Amino acid sequence: MTIVNYDPRLVKTKNPYPKGPNDWKRFFSFNTDAKVIGIQYIVTALFFLLIGGLLGMLIRGELITPPSDLFDPTVYNGLYTMHGTIMLFLFLFPILSGLTNLLVPPMIGAPDMAFPKLNALAFWLVPVFSIILLLSFFVPGGPASSGWWSYPPISIQNPLGKVLNGEMLWIIAISLSGISSIIGAVNFVTTIIRMRAPGMGFFKMPIFIWTVLAAQLLQLLGLPALTGGAIMLFFDLTFGTSFFRVEGGGDPVLFQHFFWFYSHPAVYVMVLPVFGIFSELFPVYSRKPLFGYKFVAVASFGITILSLVVWVHHMFYTGTPMWMRNLFMFTTMLIAVPTGVKVFAWIATLWGGNIRLSTPMLFCLGGLFNFIFGGITGVMLATVPVDIHVGNTYFVVAHFHYIIFNTIAFGIFAAIYHWFPKFTGKMFYEGLGKVHFALTFIGATLNWLPLHWAGLLGMPRRVASYDPEFAIWNVLASVGAFILGVASIPFILNMVSSWVRGKPAPPNPWKAIGLEWLLPSPPPHENFEEDIPTVLNEPYCYGLNKPFVEDEQFYIEKSLIKH
Amino acid sequence: MLTENQNLSLNHKPGHVKHDGHNMTGFIIFLCSESIIFFAFFVGYSVLKISAPVWYPAGINGIDIKMPLINTVILVSSSFVIYFAEKYLHKKNLWGFRIIWFITMIMGSYFVYGQYVEWSELTFSLQSGAFGGMFYLLTGFHGLHVITGILLMGLMLFRSFIPDNYKGGEMGVESVSLFWHFVDVIWIILFGLIYLWQ
Repeated sequence: MTIVNYDPRLVKTKNPYPKGPNDWKRFFSFNTDAKVIGIQYIVTALFFLLIGGLLGMLIRGELITPPSDLFDPTVYNGLYTMHGTIMLFLFLFPILSGLTNLLVPPMIGAPDMAFPKLNALAFWLVPVFSIILLLSFFVPGGPASSGWWSYPPISIQNPLGKVLNGEMLWIIAISLSGISSIIGAVNFVTTIIRMRAPGMGFFKMPIFIWTVLAAQLLQLLGLPALTGGAIMLFFDLTFGTSFFRVEGGGDPVLFQHFFWFYSHPAVYVMVLPVFGIFSELFPVYSRKPLFGYKFVAVASFGITILSLVVWVHHMFYTGTPMWMRNLFMFTTMLIAVPTGVKVFAWIATLWGGNIRLSTPMLFCLGGLFNFIFGGITGVMLATVPVDIHVGNTYFVVAHFHYIIFNTIAFGIFAAIYHWFPKFTGKMFYEGLGKVHFALTFIGATLNWLPLHWAGLLGMPRRVASYDPEFAIWNVLASVGAFILGVASIPFILNMVSSWVRGKPAPPNPWKAIGLEWLLPSPPPHENFEEDIPTVLNEPYCYGLNKPFVEDEQFYIEKSLIKH
Repeated sequence: MLTENQNLSLNHKPGHVKHDGHNMTGFIIFLCSESIIFFAFFVGYSVLKISAPVWYPAGINGIDIKMPLINTVILVSSSFVIYFAEKYLHKKNLWGFRIIWFITMIMGSYFVYGQYVEWSELTFSLQSGAFGGMFYLLTGFHGLHVITGILLMGLMLFRSFIPDNYKGGEMGVESVSLFWHFVDVIWIILFGLIYLWQ
C-alpha cells in the first residue's frame, strides 16, 4: 500500500461530503433514506423488546411459585402466546431489518437501497401490524392463546363464536408482517446483487452481506409457505372451511408442515445475520484476519440449503412415520457441519489475537459461548429418542432461548454498540455498556440454564402450574428474568444519553476495515454518492499489508474533513 | 510534495457504478417468491387428496372439464398474443400494441367470466369438506391474479396514451407480460391437479 500524505485542504476544495441531515422530525415521517428507516426499525423493535420482556417477566412471576396464583390459566395462555409473537415478529425481525438497512448500503458502497419507497412501506407496515396485534388484548375472549405456532385444532376453536377474535387478529398481523418481510427481502436481495461497489465480487463482500443474502433468500423461499398456511387457517377460522379440520376431511398435521417449513428456517433468517455480525466483529477486536473467509462465506449458503429440509424435526412426536424421522434427524444433524465451520473459524480468528474486551466484543464472546452451548443442546434435540423424551418440556424452551436470546439478541446488542458511533456520530459510554453486558449475561444464564434441568426432569411447557419438585429451578429462572429486566436500564440510559450528549465519534473509532468506516460519522445522505471506492480485497486483511480499496488514503482524508 | 499530492488527487478516478434498471430484477425475485404460495397450495391439495378416503363431497363424482378446458385454451393462447403486443411496442408501432394488448385483456376477461359461470353452476361450496375448500381457494386465488393482471394491463394501456411515456424503455409492459406468463403457467399446473387428476 502506498500511503501518500494527502493535503486535506486539497481534498476539501475538490469534493467534500455534504453535511448529513440533522432534523429529528425525519424519524417520524415516511422517509425513504435507508439510514433513517434502519433507525426507525431499531427503535420500534427495542420498544417491543420492552413490551415482550414485560410479558416474559409476568410469565416468570407466575412461575415463581408452583400453583397458578398470579393469573387465570387462560390469561397465562394468552401471555406466552403474545410473548413469543411479539419477541419474534415485533422485536427480532424488525431489529434485524433495521441493522440490515443501516449496514447493507454503506457496506457495499451503494447510495441507498434499490427500492427506497418500498423500503419505507415495509417499515411502516410494522406499526400497523403491531397495533393490530396489541389490539387483540382488548377484543372479547382476549388475545390469541394457542401458542406462537397456532396449531389447529386449538387455534380454530373460536370458543366465543365471534367473527372478530384474538386469533383472527393474530393471523392478520402475522400475514402483514410476512408482506413486510417479503418486500424487505426483495429489496435486500436486489440491492446486494445489483448495487455493489466496483471491484466487489462475491468473494470480496463482507461476511455480513453474505449472511444477509443467504437469510433473505431463505425468507423468499420459506415465508410464502407460511402465508399459504395462514390463509388456509384464516379460512378455517372465519369461513368454516375444512383444510385442517378432521371432521371435514382436512388434516391438522398439514398446518404443522406449512408452519415449520417456514418457521424453522426463520430461526436461520435471524441467526445468519448474527453469524455475519460475529464474523465482522471478531477480526476487528482481535486484530487478525477472519480465518477461512471463503469457507465462512460459503457455509452461509450451506445453512440456507440445509435449513429448507429439516422442518420435520419439530414434529417427531406428532405421528410422523419412522423413515421420515430418521431422514430429518440426519439432515438436522448435518446443519452442525456448516455452523461448526463457522464456530471453528471464529475461534481460530480469536486464537493468538490481540483481543480488546470492549462492550461489542464482550457481547460477541458471550454470544459465541452461548451459541456453542445452545448448538450442543440442538444436536441433542435432533436425536429422535431424546426429542421424544424432552419434547414440549422446558428443555426445548431453554434450548431455543439459548439460541434466540443468548445468541441472536447478544449479537444484536454487539452490533448496536459496534455501529452506534458510525450511525449516530456519537460515542457511547463504555462503562454503562459493560454493566449492561454483565447484567445481561448473568440474567440470561440464570434464566435459562436451570430450565434445562427442569425440562430433563419432565416439566411441561405452556402450563401455569407445576409440581413443587421443579420449584428450585423456576425460582432461579425467575430471578434471572428480573435481572434481565434491570439490564435494560443501563442500556436505555446509555443509548439515549450518548446520542444526546455523547462525545463526537471519529469516522473509524475501532480502526476497522470496511467501506462503512471510510465514510464520515454519521455518513452523508447518499453515502459515497458518485465517488465509490474500488474494492481490492475482502475487508479482513488486518496486519496483512494488503490494501482494501484503491486510493485508500484519499478516502480516509476525505472522511476526516470537518464541516 | 504538494505537486505530487495534486497529481494523485487529480489522478483519483471515482469508481462510479450505474444504479438503474433493477426494477425487473426485483420483480422477478418477487414472482419466484409468489410462486411458492401457489406451490404450498398445490402440495396441500395433493397431500389432502392422497390421504383422503373420500375426496369429493357427497353426491359428486368429479368435475366437468369442458368449460375449464375452453378457458385453458383461451388463457394459454393469450400468452402468445401478449408476446406479439410486446413485439409491436418494441417496433414502436403504438396502435398495433394497443389493439393486440386490448385483445389480451378481452381474452383474460373471458377467462374470468368462464370461471364465474363455472362457479355458479357448481353444487358444492367452500364449506364442502377439504375438496370444496381447496377447489375454491385455488381457483379463487388464481382468479385474483388474473384480475390483477387485467387491471395492470388496463393501466399500461392508459399509460400508452400519455405522450413520451415509453421513451425510456418498456419496463412496465414487460413486467405485466411476465406476470401474465406466470399466471398462465400456474393455471396449467392447477388445471392438471384439479381437472385432469380426478
